[in-house]
Amino acid sequence: MINQDVDVAVIGSGPAGLAAAVSAKQHGTGRVVILDRNSWLGGILPQCIHDGFGVEETGESMTGPEYAEKYIAMAEQQNIEVMNETMVLQFDRKREIIAVNKKGIYKIKAKSIVLAMGCREKTRWSAMIPGDRPSGIFTAGVAQAFINLYNLMPGKNVVILGSGDVGLIMARRLKFEGANVLGVVEILPYASGLPRNVVQCLDDYDIPLFLNHTVTSIEGRNRLEQITIAQVDKNMNPVLGTEKQIKCDTLLLSLGLIPENELSKNADIEIDEITGGPVVDQNLETTLKGVFACGNCLQVYDIVDMLALDAKRAGKNAAKLTTTKKRKTGIQFVPGAGVRYVVPQKVTEGGTTQLTLRAEKPGEVSTLRVIVNDKELFKKKLPWVNPANMIKVDVDIPSEVIKSGQSLEVTIND
Amino acid sequence: MTEEKEITCIVCPIGCKILVKTDGKHIKNLDGNKCKRGIDYAEHEALDPRRMLTTSVFVDGGEWPLVSVKSTKPVPKEKIFNVLKEIRKTKVNAPVKSGQRILNNVANTDINIVATKIVKKL
Repeated sequence: MINQDVDVAVIGSGPAGLAAAVSAKQHGTGRVVILDRNSWLGGILPQCIHDGFGVEETGESMTGPEYAEKYIAMAEQQNIEVMNETMVLQFDRKREIIAVNKKGIYKIKAKSIVLAMGCREKTRWSAMIPGDRPSGIFTAGVAQAFINLYNLMPGKNVVILGSGDVGLIMARRLKFEGANVLGVVEILPYASGLPRNVVQCLDDYDIPLFLNHTVTSIEGRNRLEQITIAQVDKNMNPVLGTEKQIKCDTLLLSLGLIPENELSKNADIEIDEITGGPVVDQNLETTLKGVFACGNCLQVYDIVDMLALDAKRAGKNAAKLTTTKKRKTGIQFVPGAGVRYVVPQKVTEGGTTQLTLRAEKPGEVSTLRVIVNDKELFKKKLPWVNPANMIKVDVDIPSEVIKSGQSLEVTIND
Repeated sequence: MTEEKEITCIVCPIGCKILVKTDGKHIKNLDGNKCKRGIDYAEHEALDPRRMLTTSVFVDGGEWPLVSVKSTKPVPKEKIFNVLKEIRKTKVNAPVKSGQRILNNVANTDINIVATKIVKKL
């Protein structure tokens, strides 16, 4: 066992881990170590070769690899230690991390830990698509890695299920590499990716988008040969008689992302069932003292800019709260009408609290409210709402409200 | 001759459907936008639509077989596949630096293609 003592240990070197580590160092902490199981830094960024990263954070539009290199350079400058090809196996409430790499097994004692493990993609089995089990079925992110990192083409005639951003971006990418993209199938009545991606990835190349449709069957002995799509009703059940067969050799799945929290769960950190990420307070501290969460393992973000801004807060707090005071219980944020979830889930101190939340469904002019004990604490008019676009607001919460112990309901109404 | 185009505005997520009438060079009529920003977007989209282009180029002797690249300026939409065709024929030797020029005046567009990633020599 190789023993190490560090001030801040960051698990994951994607955009969240890098931003958190850089920020922890900037806020005066001593030894910062990033642990990552890949051989490179940046997580998913090197395979996201499209641009649009960093616009809101820096005003400059970068590609994924450029964005990653910006943070990698900062991390190098600040002498942040990096352990690549290192797998974290567990950590506990004493903040002792057990990790393994080719050199051996490590026990790393950290004053604080930042969780930045990211997320993984839902698979065919999350959507329970019946049929054969041929080759040719990939998650969109895996196909993206094949094409953009490894120079491997997943197939020729492609259907994409799910209109999340990765799926839309892959539709264009496959088209650029000479594939026939036969369509994107979406079960909801609207695209789940950003409108800009619907226009620039599908409309630009006349790729059809089948809304209110899903894949009901997969056929093929060795390689995928054909899928069946069908329209769905209001309850998302396939409508008999609307089935349509599409001959294809490849099916990409862009069904959504699941925060990766096996390590958190093992450490008995409380998980929010809706976000799939740890329950955190206004400091992004989890239910385990000295353990902070950020990035897509906290909640799935739609753009990296907002993710990085929150990750910087997690890093800063990890640096500042390394000797955490006695923790207060605080009060809960409860998602009310029109709201799917709110992060943070609780607040322990009065003052300005940054809330990130998602609406339940798309809508035009709406009002966001924070209500405590039937009284309106905060109100904001929104010109539009869309579940694909995370909402971020700063809310002042008086100390008396926190002392009252009442929960805060967050609602969005027309 | 008047041409009609329906453009989905992407300035904000409302996604106004803007109907634009042009004579090919000038806007004749514009309808359906809810705000001023939509006018600018629809004008550009109707008269001279352009897109940033990102793709990848083969690398010889590198730690990765490809290097990601981008256009230095947005490429006219109708030239995207010409540009891609030229990029596809290109091969570079490792090491590649981020920002390194890969192609000059690609497909006579007056636009250059540059690397967006570091690829070390193997």
